[in-house]
Amino acid sequence: MNPAFSVIFLTTLIGVGQGMFLALFTGQSYSAVELLPTQDSAHFYGTGAMLALLFLVGGLVASFFHLGRPERAWRAATQWRTSWLSREVIVLPIMMGLVFFYSLMHWFEWDTVLFTTKAGARLQLTLIIGTLGMLTTFALFICTGMIYACLKFLQEWHSPLTVINYILLGTASGFTLATAFANISAPELMRFYAIWSMIIIAAGFITRSASLVRNSRIKAKSTIQTAIGVRHTKIQQKAMGFMGGSVNTRDFFHHATATFLKTMKWSFLLLAFVVPFILLWVGMDKHNSGILIAAFVVQYIGLLAERWFFFAQANHPQNLYYQTI
Amino acid sequence: MTQLALVIDLNVCVGCHACVTSCKEWNTSGPAGFMTDENPYAKDPTGTFFNRVQTYEIGEFPNTETLHFPKSCLHCEDPPCVPVCPTGASYKRKEDGIVLVDYDKCIGCRYCSWACPYGVREIDEQQQVMKKCTLCVDRLYDETLPESERKPACVLACPTSARLYGDVHDPESEVSVAIREEGGYPLMPEWGTMPSNHYLPRRKTRMHIHEDELQRADNPLNKEQRGPSAPVKTPTLDDSTSW
Amino acid sequence: MSVVHDPIKAPEGRIETKNTTCYMCACRCGIRVTLRDGEIRYIQGNPDHPLNKGIICAKGASGIMKQYSPARLTKPLKRKEGSERGDAQYDEISWDEAFQIMQDRLEHLRTTDPKKFALFTGRDQMQALTGLFAKQYGTPNYAAHGGFCSVNMASGMIYTIGGSFWEFGGPDLDRAKLFVMIGTAEDHHSNPMKAAISKFKRNGGRFISINPVRTGYSAIADEWVPIKPGTDGALMLALIHELIKTGLYDRDFLVQYTNSAELVSTDEASDDFGLFVRTDIPRDPDCFDPQDHVWWDRNQDKAVHARDEGTDPYLLGGEFTLADGRKAKTSFQLLAERVEQYTPEWAEGITGIPAKNIKRLAYEMGITARDEKIELPIAWTDAWGKDHDTVTGNPVAFHSMRGTAAHSNGFQTIRAMSILMTVLGTIDRPGGFRHKAPFPRPIPPCAKTGKGPEDVQPNTPLNGMPLGWPADPNDLFVDDKGQPVRIDKAFSWEHPLSAHGLMHNVITNAWRGDPYEIDTLLIFMANMAWNSSMNTSDVRKMLNDKNENGEYKIPFIIVADAFQSEMAAFADLVLPDTTYLERHDVMSMLDRPISEYDGPVDSVRIPVVPPTGDCKPFQEVLIELGSRMKLPAFTTDKGERKFRDYPDFVVNYETAPGSGIGFLAGWRGKGGEKSMKGEPNPDQWKMYEKNNCVFHMELPKSYQYMRNWNRGYLKWAQEHNLARYAEPINIHIYSEILMKFRLAAQGKTEGKQPPDHLRKRVELYFDPLPFYYEPLESQLTDKHKYPLNALTQRPMAMYHSWDSQNAWLRQIHTYNFMHVHPETARTSGIEDGGWMWAESMHGKVRCLCRYTEAVEPGTIWTWNAIGKAKGAWRLSNDANESQQGFLLNHLIAEELPAHDAGEHISNSDPLTGQAGWYDVRVRIYKADDADPKMSYPQFDAMPAMPGTGKTTSKWLNFFAGRLTKGAK
Ligand SMILES: Nc1nc2c(c(=O)[nH]1)N[C@H]1C(S)=C(S)[C@@H](COP(=O)(O)OP(=O)(O)OC[C@H]3O[C@@H](n4cnc5c(=O)[nH]c(N)nc54)[C@H](O)[C@@H]3O)O[C@H]1N2
Ligand SMILES: Nc1nc2c(c(=O)[nH]1)N[C@H]1C(S)=C(S)[C@@H](COP(=O)(O)OP(=O)(O)OC[C@H]3O[C@@H](n4cnc5c(=O)[nH]c(N)nc54)[C@H](O)[C@@H]3O)O[C@H]1N2
Ligand code: SF4
Ligand code: SF4
Ligand code: SF4
Ligand code: SF4
Ligand code: SF4
Ligand SMILES: [Mo]
Repeated sequence: MNPAFSVIFLTTLIGVGQGMFLALFTGQSYSAVELLPTQDSAHFYGTGAMLALLFLVGGLVASFFHLGRPERAWRAATQWRTSWLSREVIVLPIMMGLVFFYSLMHWFEWDTVLFTTKAGARLQLTLIIGTLGMLTTFALFICTGMIYACLKFLQEWHSPLTVINYILLGTASGFTLATAFANISAPELMRFYAIWSMIIIAAGFITRSASLVRNSRIKAKSTIQTAIGVRHTKIQQKAMGFMGGSVNTRDFFHHATATFLKTMKWSFLLLAFVVPFILLWVGMDKHNSGILIAAFVVQYIGLLAERWFFFAQANHPQNLYYQTI
Repeated sequence: MTQLALVIDLNVCVGCHACVTSCKEWNTSGPAGFMTDENPYAKDPTGTFFNRVQTYEIGEFPNTETLHFPKSCLHCEDPPCVPVCPTGASYKRKEDGIVLVDYDKCIGCRYCSWACPYGVREIDEQQQVMKKCTLCVDRLYDETLPESERKPACVLACPTSARLYGDVHDPESEVSVAIREEGGYPLMPEWGTMPSNHYLPRRKTRMHIHEDELQRADNPLNKEQRGPSAPVKTPTLDDSTSW
Repeated sequence: MSVVHDPIKAPEGRIETKNTTCYMCACRCGIRVTLRDGEIRYIQGNPDHPLNKGIICAKGASGIMKQYSPARLTKPLKRKEGSERGDAQYDEISWDEAFQIMQDRLEHLRTTDPKKFALFTGRDQMQALTGLFAKQYGTPNYAAHGGFCSVNMASGMIYTIGGSFWEFGGPDLDRAKLFVMIGTAEDHHSNPMKAAISKFKRNGGRFISINPVRTGYSAIADEWVPIKPGTDGALMLALIHELIKTGLYDRDFLVQYTNSAELVSTDEASDDFGLFVRTDIPRDPDCFDPQDHVWWDRNQDKAVHARDEGTDPYLLGGEFTLADGRKAKTSFQLLAERVEQYTPEWAEGITGIPAKNIKRLAYEMGITARDEKIELPIAWTDAWGKDHDTVTGNPVAFHSMRGTAAHSNGFQTIRAMSILMTVLGTIDRPGGFRHKAPFPRPIPPCAKTGKGPEDVQPNTPLNGMPLGWPADPNDLFVDDKGQPVRIDKAFSWEHPLSAHGLMHNVITNAWRGDPYEIDTLLIFMANMAWNSSMNTSDVRKMLNDKNENGEYKIPFIIVADAFQSEMAAFADLVLPDTTYLERHDVMSMLDRPISEYDGPVDSVRIPVVPPTGDCKPFQEVLIELGSRMKLPAFTTDKGERKFRDYPDFVVNYETAPGSGIGFLAGWRGKGGEKSMKGEPNPDQWKMYEKNNCVFHMELPKSYQYMRNWNRGYLKWAQEHNLARYAEPINIHIYSEILMKFRLAAQGKTEGKQPPDHLRKRVELYFDPLPFYYEPLESQLTDKHKYPLNALTQRPMAMYHSWDSQNAWLRQIHTYNFMHVHPETARTSGIEDGGWMWAESMHGKVRCLCRYTEAVEPGTIWTWNAIGKAKGAWRLSNDANESQQGFLLNHLIAEELPAHDAGEHISNSDPLTGQAGWYDVRVRIYKADDADPKMSYPQFDAMPAMPGTGKTTSKWLNFFAGRLTKGAK
């Protein structure tokens, strides 16, 4: 496929937002059971959730660039029964709403304790909203992942790994951001986030590598033989019926060289996983916000590369029909 | 249930592109239009077409086959492009199985084109809605057209009548008979999309020559041997014996 | 919520449909044009038209984009004072001014030296009018495109069987069982041929294609026979060899309907050596083929008058001695002796086709012809009065076009092919070759040109036809030194049988002043600054070349074109023509009608939309000029203008006063009650309009076959003035006509004699029996240096150079590749998709390479005329056509290198002057990586000419004529 920048930004930005939110929610949950010190709601959760929301909004804005007719975008909410894209379109605003409320409630400290367990754990209103938020966040990850994973003839995408990667990579980037954020606004939580970030990065590294390995072994089900229905070992396209290009030559193939593709692969493995992991480690050690922010930035850039590669690597069977001018 | 479709006979398609431009011509100023062209008189002209004809070479010289291969939306029975559409703009008509796009609903997200393995959906880069072959649905039921012309424009145009049109669910239709008897096949059957359009393969007529056909009694050469015309002057058997 | 898009509801508007005839190519299908609010919405094939029965091709269906093309010329233009030709700098002028300029110039020339005006026309279909105009004007310098197109096909076959492929006849695929297509990519019969091949295949017929390249029609052939270009003659002769050797020939057919059994004098000493032995029955002095030949009767063992009742001739039989001691052999004996040497093994080495395949092909043809005979229950009477109960057919059909024609050995190749078809007994019989009215013609047809300079006189129509068919050397159009009278040297000793002229040499000859200088050159519908010129780069210089005193070597050039073509840039005066949708036209019996096998058909165009801008049909221009100059045919006895306009001319013009023959054959007579012949009918156009713009006359079944010898048909043709004679048209296995030229060259005759430097050439090539020789260019090339043949093919979705202005068609062919066999390319280091050079003795082009397995490895090829000059056709300067596309013509010379026959001999068939397009030999090599990634040669960009349209918009949205802005 030809990576569309709007989609790359959409998926990576909301991934950060989603991950950030999950980080905040995890933090709050831990502190609810007093595994972590309690934070100043307004500052840490309120601002943090706003930050997450900012990324979500960024993603939403990016998504509009992908639409030919953004003014009709509302229509995309109608086909939730069959379309993962439609589901995403429904879940994203819900999630954004929940994050917004989550932030607002923290900000204004509408945080009635509904219930305290004997052990002292408090169930706050924000935790309920947060739980809903967490569920929609996962739903959103699943929707986004399934948009790609459900296309069965895009064999590189048609795998649970696609969804898992969306979850882990998005979460990892959000946690990294949360680490940096925590170092500034709640240093006592930084380590907690840093360690989780590294764990998720490591997990993401494993699953993303797994999908790389899987994809490198894919045997394309469609071949030129099945595409045109001729059994012969030597078939070559000589003309595709037009010479100035078409949507079929523009949307479905990256037109980059194999070397470039390879470079992208190694870059994203380094930038999205290895380098941030090290930076997190060092940043954690040194309590250095600069390094932690760098970890996030590098990781985000790495994820952009990862997403580019994710699209580029997917070999659409329609390309069998568009090989020679 | 009716499932209208095209059957394309690769045995006679000469790759003339008549179906390509007659499709464009009919549809660009009809309800399926426009079919925008970009850079029409400049570098890299490109535009929306519902149907394209491609060329493949099979085998090596001198045993080469050149195959012309027209392709438009195959109006799949289980079209993956429909359920993925977030707006419902892509739909399959119940009454005749034609897969269409409602331009007024389409948001131009291109997702349906990703979901089609055949590469037959083309976004209109100017109007920014998804376009594709409509099977000329606006001709099929148009009572102002003579009955014989209530067919897709490409079918009417095709000089070799390589494009057959009809209901593939009706076992007696011309298309069903052709699929059955001429070995019609769908493209990329591996995806279970069940394309309604089918393709008929190349068929070869050969001649077998028997030895004796070259040496028959009616060979006119038998008539061309000239006997001696004038009496032979030198002695013959007649000069030496009598029976 | 917006309204839901209704996929069925037709957009609003007033709908009307009009019938006319397509002219996106020369096939001339019937079309039905749907207009919405007066603007063209849809062009479909007319289902009620006999030619295409509703089908249409890619070009035909793109007519809208031609009609509304920004490249259209819409104003008469005069070259800007001080600008150079080719710069395309023009001022708009009025038609009055344009006419005045032409009238002044042409009138002056007509009163002084009419041959200084030359009128040459390209792919038009109105030679009846243009030819008439030239003749009336009095210039010998007229021809249409035939010389650079396919005159070899026309003449090779007409001089042999009295009819031809091309627009005059074709294969009867309804009944054929075996179909052999030779060297055809697309041809003029585009749509009907496609329909017929498809039906043929579906009926189980076997289709063999002989072609160096496998695309298009060849793609669906049951067998592809890759042949080396220019060697078909060898193949045909080997097939004939094998058919004669195995006795797989149709003896009865050869005896009765050809000159096979007729005796040819073989006595070198005798006066009539090489001529037919004749009886002394009285003969019509005007008839070219009198029935006075003799057979050798096997029963009486003596020479008898051919075809006498009860005689039974030898077809072979060696040499006979006539009563007076002269020796003679039958034509067929001579043919058999000729092909003795042409074994399949010999042909294998030349054609690259394995001998065993050649033999098998011969057997397939011979056995199918013999064993699959068709007997139709159609009674007919032959020219000798014998009744037949049935019509027999040997169902082997052939078709061939420029693959055989466009070689300098094409005439003899095509004669060999015609003879092959004849040997199989397939001429005008079911399942074989079928004629189309007005064919068959006598061999050769009666029309003759002038015969000497005296036939060209000031203020006088030309004495003789503008083009003709020489029957012997005395018919040549030469002066008493044997030098040409015509600027293109047609009908001269260089190319005696150049029945269609040599348009491809006009510019070079006129530039060089050889044989003389001309003043005004009018080019109509030919892109001679691009694809109809050989040696295009130099021709463009010649068009712009001046002599010492600063005057153009060709002083005045008028171009009548409809588009901003490459040629339009070189005009001093541009006449903007209408499109085919805007004008009246006739596809006349006097020219090349669209007849069917079953009878004559002619057709018309009737405008469906009004002319754009100041466009004026070129026909109107000629009528106006003819009237202004008071040319006799356009002027009444009282000296007044005779015809109001072209439609009026078509209705009222008669070839001779009261002849009843005019441009159209249908609905003649006062009330339209007569056909073929009859007084003018004022309502003729209306009647055509009512009848789908076509007149189709189905002959009685008994007149539909064996027309060369069908008494009924021949009489009918004579009565309807299609032919002067009703004599049988026997097939010329042995061509006495050719022999007469050879005898002249040998100095054995008294009439016109060739100049000495041409004697050997005429003697060699005017062989009365078909023979194989290497194409002239190959003979004169170092074949080690230039090992490959380079060809072009017609793409089905483009017509010559004129469809790049078409926004839809140019998306299909935006530029062209050189198609090369992978091995051939790799040995030269050329990559698939990479830049390469192709170089001939004459020039070179840089182009893109595309590997292909579907080509004979010694051949490279490209689609014709996709490459364009920068800025032409209103394409942007960076358009792919000029930057990546290329034109092969830069490699092809219009003249041969100097050799025995002299300097400046046209690169053409030595008999007919057919341009040898496909003879060019090349070598190829990889383009340097440092070379610009751009085709070569490049020319200065051509600016937009005044009156052409806007091309700046990035988007084109066609909505029934309105180029709308996309609704977003
Ligand atoms: N290399 C190579 N060259 C070839 C050939 C080949 O096979 N190979 N083929 C040759 C043959 S067979 C032919 S016939 C020639 C054809 O060559 P041309 O006769 O030059 O044909 P076109 O290039 O189509 O140019 C015709 C001109 O007519 C103009 N035109 C189109 N429609 C109209 C109209 O309605 N009215 C007027 N007045 N003008 C119009 C076009 O704009 C164009 O300028 O090319 C020859 N050249
Ligand atoms: N679409 C379209 N139709 C056209 C035209 C057009 O430009 N476009 N032009 C029209 C005109 S003017 C003409 S003259 C006709 C010409 O119609 P065609 O004769 O079909 O024209 P070409 O494309 O020149 O085809 C020549 C074929 O002969 C093959 N060939 C070349 N050399 C040899 C040889 O030595 N032996 C054999 N056996 N084959 C050989 C080539 O590979 C090619 O396939 O088409 C007419 N129809
Ligand atoms: S061919 Fe493609 S666009 Fe057409 S119905 Fe099937 S999946 Fe959908
Ligand atoms: S591009 Fe249009 S039709 Fe296709 S999925 Fe998107 S909304 Fe549906
Ligand atoms: S059926 Fe209609 S829309 Fe589809 S390819 Fe044919 S002409 Fe085009
Ligand atoms: S119109 Fe018919 S013959 Fe021509 S390309 Fe289309 S399907 Fe093939
Ligand atoms: S074959 Fe020629 S005349 Fe017929 S529709 Fe096509 S362009 Fe027109
Ligand atoms: Mo031609």
